[in-house]
Amino acid sequence: MNAARSRARLLDEAPRAVTAGVELLTESLLAQAVPVTSVDWRPPWPGTEASLMRVMADPRRSAANDRAVERMLASTAELVDVRPAHAALGLEPGRFLHAGPPLTWDEASGPMRGALIGAILFEGLSDSPSEAERMLADGRGITLEPCHHHGAVGPMAGVLSPSMWVFELRDEANDATAWCSLNEGLGKVLRYGAYSPEVIERLHWMSDVLGPVLHAAVRAHGRLDIKGIVAQMVQMGDEGHNRNRAGTLMLLRELLPHLVAGTAASSQTADVARFIAGNDHFFLNLVMPAAKLQTSAAADIPGSTVVTTMARNGTEFGIQVSGTGQQWFTAPAETPAGLYLAGYGPEDANPDIGDSAITETMGLGGFAMAAAPAIVRFVGGSVPDALSTSRLMYEITLAENPAYAFPILDFRGAPTGIDVTRVARTGILPQINTGMAGRVAGTGQVGAGLVKPPQACFTAALSALADLAAPPA
Amino acid sequence: MTRHLELRAGAYHDSVALMQVSQTVAAEPGVVAALVAMATDLNLDLLGNLGFDPPAGAGPNDLLVAVHADEPEALQRALTTVDAALAERPSAAHGGFDSEAQPRTVGSAAARSGATIAVISTPGPYAFVEAMDALEHGLSVMVFSDNVPLAHEIRLKQEASRRGLLVMGPDCGTAVINGAGLGFANVVRPGPVGVVAASGTGAQQVMCLIDDAGVGVSHCLGVGGRDLSAPVGGAATIAALDLLAADPSTEIIVVISKPPAPDVADAVRAKAAVAAKPVVFALLGLGQPDLTAAAHSVVTAAGGRWRPPRSWPAPMTRLGAYGRVTGLFSGGTLCDEAMVIASAALGPIRSNVALRPDWQLGGDLHADGHVMIDFGDDELTRGRPHPMIDGSQRIERLLAEAEEPGSRVVLLDVVLGHGAHPDPVSDLAPAISRARERAQARGADLAVVVSLIGTTDDPQGLERQANALAAAGASVHLSNAEAARTAVGLVQAGS
Repeated sequence: MNAARSRARLLDEAPRAVTAGVELLTESLLAQAVPVTSVDWRPPWPGTEASLMRVMADPRRSAANDRAVERMLASTAELVDVRPAHAALGLEPGRFLHAGPPLTWDEASGPMRGALIGAILFEGLSDSPSEAERMLADGRGITLEPCHHHGAVGPMAGVLSPSMWVFELRDEANDATAWCSLNEGLGKVLRYGAYSPEVIERLHWMSDVLGPVLHAAVRAHGRLDIKGIVAQMVQMGDEGHNRNRAGTLMLLRELLPHLVAGTAASSQTADVARFIAGNDHFFLNLVMPAAKLQTSAAADIPGSTVVTTMARNGTEFGIQVSGTGQQWFTAPAETPAGLYLAGYGPEDANPDIGDSAITETMGLGGFAMAAAPAIVRFVGGSVPDALSTSRLMYEITLAENPAYAFPILDFRGAPTGIDVTRVARTGILPQINTGMAGRVAGTGQVGAGLVKPPQACFTAALSALADLAAPPA
Repeated sequence: MTRHLELRAGAYHDSVALMQVSQTVAAEPGVVAALVAMATDLNLDLLGNLGFDPPAGAGPNDLLVAVHADEPEALQRALTTVDAALAERPSAAHGGFDSEAQPRTVGSAAARSGATIAVISTPGPYAFVEAMDALEHGLSVMVFSDNVPLAHEIRLKQEASRRGLLVMGPDCGTAVINGAGLGFANVVRPGPVGVVAASGTGAQQVMCLIDDAGVGVSHCLGVGGRDLSAPVGGAATIAALDLLAADPSTEIIVVISKPPAPDVADAVRAKAAVAAKPVVFALLGLGQPDLTAAAHSVVTAAGGRWRPPRSWPAPMTRLGAYGRVTGLFSGGTLCDEAMVIASAALGPIRSNVALRPDWQLGGDLHADGHVMIDFGDDELTRGRPHPMIDGSQRIERLLAEAEEPGSRVVLLDVVLGHGAHPDPVSDLAPAISRARERAQARGADLAVVVSLIGTTDDPQGLERQANALAAAGASVHLSNAEAARTAVGLVQAGS
C-alpha cells in the first residue's frame, strides 16, 4: 500500500474501528455510532508469549509469508504420468517409504508394521509374514524413509515400495513434481495395515494391470488438470479428504474414452473402470499430490511462519514450517474421534496416521467441511458445525484460495496458509478429517472421524522460528 | 463461613468486565469477599490474599470463581449472581447457517471489515502482537494498553513508519478522529485545532477549554507518554505532525507533552517548522505555562476570543482554617499540574507521582502535610478499574479525609466524556455531602474543590454534573489550574 495514502486515510474518513480487549471501549465507540468489529481476544497459549513477540517482530516475516502465499496460490497440478516407484522415484529394492515424520521399526504402530510386512510380501522378499517381520526388525538391507523426504505422499501407512505404481504430478508454475501411490479401495487394504493374501493379490493386480492401463490412458489423454477437477469437486460436495466421490467420477470421465481406446484386453479395461468406479476414494491419491505441490511451493522461505506439512506416522504427528526448512516438529499422535465400522470401537483404533493431512495443509479436508455437507454426520456433526469449522479455519490461515471456492460460503476461497503464530495466538488447532486404522497389524480400517494435531508441534515450531528470527533492523 | 473456589477452563473475559462482575458479587449481602478473574499470576496472588489455595494447573485462559460468604444461602445467591453477570457478557456466536463467529485476531477482523484503525486494550504484554497484526493489515493503531515494554513500542513505531501508518500509544488514553472519541474523550465541536498529545488528560483539558471558548478541534492524535523520549525519538509525534500538516481541516496544531529529550525536541521543532501551519507547544511540568495558559494561546492563535473558563462557586462562604490540601486525582497530568501550582505556593507536596524524589509518598498514601494522589497510576490500578470508570477508591479516601483532625481542602478532578463513568456525580455528590457533614459534626470544615474536565456536549451533561457538585458543597472549575489555585488560596487564607 502506498505509504502516504494509507496514513492519510486515517483522517480523511470517519473512523471504522477494530477493537481488541476491554469491552467498555467497544461500547463507547458503538455509542458514538462508530462501526466496530470487535475481536474475541484471548491470551495466547501459555509459554508462547516470548516466542510470539520475537517472531511477530521479525522484519522478514510479513514479506516471507506474502511470498509463501503467492507461490501456493500460483501452484498448478497436472497428472503427467503413471509409472512404477522405482522408475519415478529411483526407489531401489529394500527401500520403503512411509507416511509421516521419520520412524524406526521399533517405534512403528500396528498398522504401520502391517503395511511394511505387506510390502515385503508384495515385493517377494519373503513369502511369510513372520519372516517379513523378522527382516524388518533386523533391518539389514532395509531402509525406511518418509514419503515427504522424496516429494511423495501416501495415505494412512503410506507405504511405497519399488514395484508399486505412482501418480506423477507436475506444478509448472513452481517447477516441481510430486508423487502418490494408487488407491486400493476401502476395507482390508495395505494402507490400513492389512497384509492378508487378498491384499497382496490386489497389489499385484494394481501393478500388473491398473498401473500400465492408467499409464497408457494418461499418455493418450495428455496432461490432465487435477487442480481443475479439485476446483470442481469442492463445488460438488467433496472436501477432498474423506469424500472424493465427485472427483473420482470426473477423473473417470476424463480417462474413460482413452481407457476404451487403449490396447488392453476389454476385460482388463472393464476391471479398471469397475475398480475406479467402485472406490470413492480413488481420487484422494490425486488430491494429495496436488496438495503436496501447493504446500511445498511455500517451503524454505526464511522468516515464513506458514505450515508446509502436517503428517502422521501412526506414532507421532509431525509438522514442517516454511521458515525452518525440512525440520520436523513432532509429538505423540492423538487418536481420532468419530464413527466406527460394525464390530469395532475406540479401543480398536490406532493413533492418527497418514500423509493425507496434506489436504488440510492445503485448505481442503477438514478446512473444507463447509463444502461437504453430505458427510457431516459421518464425522459426527451438523451442517452448521461444518460451516463454523471452515469459518474457524480462516482465523488461523493467511489467505483464501480463489481456485477452491465454497459455494455455501458465498464462494469464499479455501482457507490457505496455516500460520503458526495465529495458531498459538488463537489456540485454534487445524481440523483434520481422517480414516481410522485398527491398532493391531493386519486389521485394516475400523472407522473414520476427526482429529487435531498436538499443540506441542506448533509451540516447538514457534520456538524454533523465534530462535531464527532476525533482530529488528 | 463458607467458601467456594472453582476453575472454569477456557472461559476468557476481559479484566475490566471481570472486575465489574467481582464488584457486583462482592456487594451481595452475606458475601465477605469475591474474586472472579482470569487465573493470571497477579490474580492468583490476590486469591491467596483472600485465603484460598491457588488451584493447580491454573493458567491465564482459565476463569477463577472464588467466593467467601458467611452462610451457604449467601454463597448460593452469589454464585447465581456470578453466572448471571457473566451471561450478560457477549460470547462468540456459533451455529446457524449465516452466523459468523467473532474474529479471533485483529488481522482477521481487519480483513473482514475495511476498518481504518485498531483500538488495542489487551493486557500490555500481549498488545504488541495484536498491534503488529493491525499494522500488517494496513491499519493505524491506538494502543490503550499500559505496561507495554519500551522495545515493543520502538519496534511498532518503526513498522508504522515503514508502512506510512500511525501508532498512538502505548498507554494512549485519548484520541479524537473526525469527531469520534477513542478511549477517554470529550465531545468537542469540530474546528481548526489539531492536537498531538503525549498526555491523555492533558489533551482532554486543553480540548475542553478551547471548546468552552468556542474554538473546535479537527483531530486529536495521542502518541503515548514515552514518544518524545530519546529511545522512541518522537516517531509518532512526527508522524502525527505530518498527518495534521496535510489535513485540510486542520489550521493550527498544538503539541501537548512533557519537555522532549533535547535531540527529539530538535527533530520535532524542525518538523513543525515545515508544517506551513502554526504549531503551539504546550509543555507540561515545572517552569512551564499551565494547560489553561496553553489553551489561551491556542484560542488566540486560532483567531478565537479567549474567555476565562467557566466555574461554579461553592454555595457557602468558606471560612475554615484549612491547614492543608489533599488532592485526589484520576488524571496523571492534572495531578502533576496541580502539584506544580501548589508546590510553588505551599512548598512540598507528597505524592505517589511526586515532583521530587524526596516528596515520594509511602505505600499507605498518607503523610503529614499536603498530599496529592494520582489514583490512575499503574501501581494503583493493578487489579482495579481506572478511577475514571469507578470512583469508589477515591470516595473512600474523601470520606476518610473528613475524619482527619482540623479543616482541610480536598481537590478532586472529575473527567467526563466517552469512556468515563456514565454519571460520576451519582456517587460523588452524596459522598461530598456526607464528608462535609462528618467534618462539620466535629466542628471542622472540608472545602471541596473540583476541576471538571468536560464539555457541554458530553454524554454525562456538563451543567448537570457541575450543578450537582456545587449543590453538594463543592466549587467547580473547568480549569484544573484555577481549581488548584483556588485550593491554594483557601489554604493560604486559612493559615
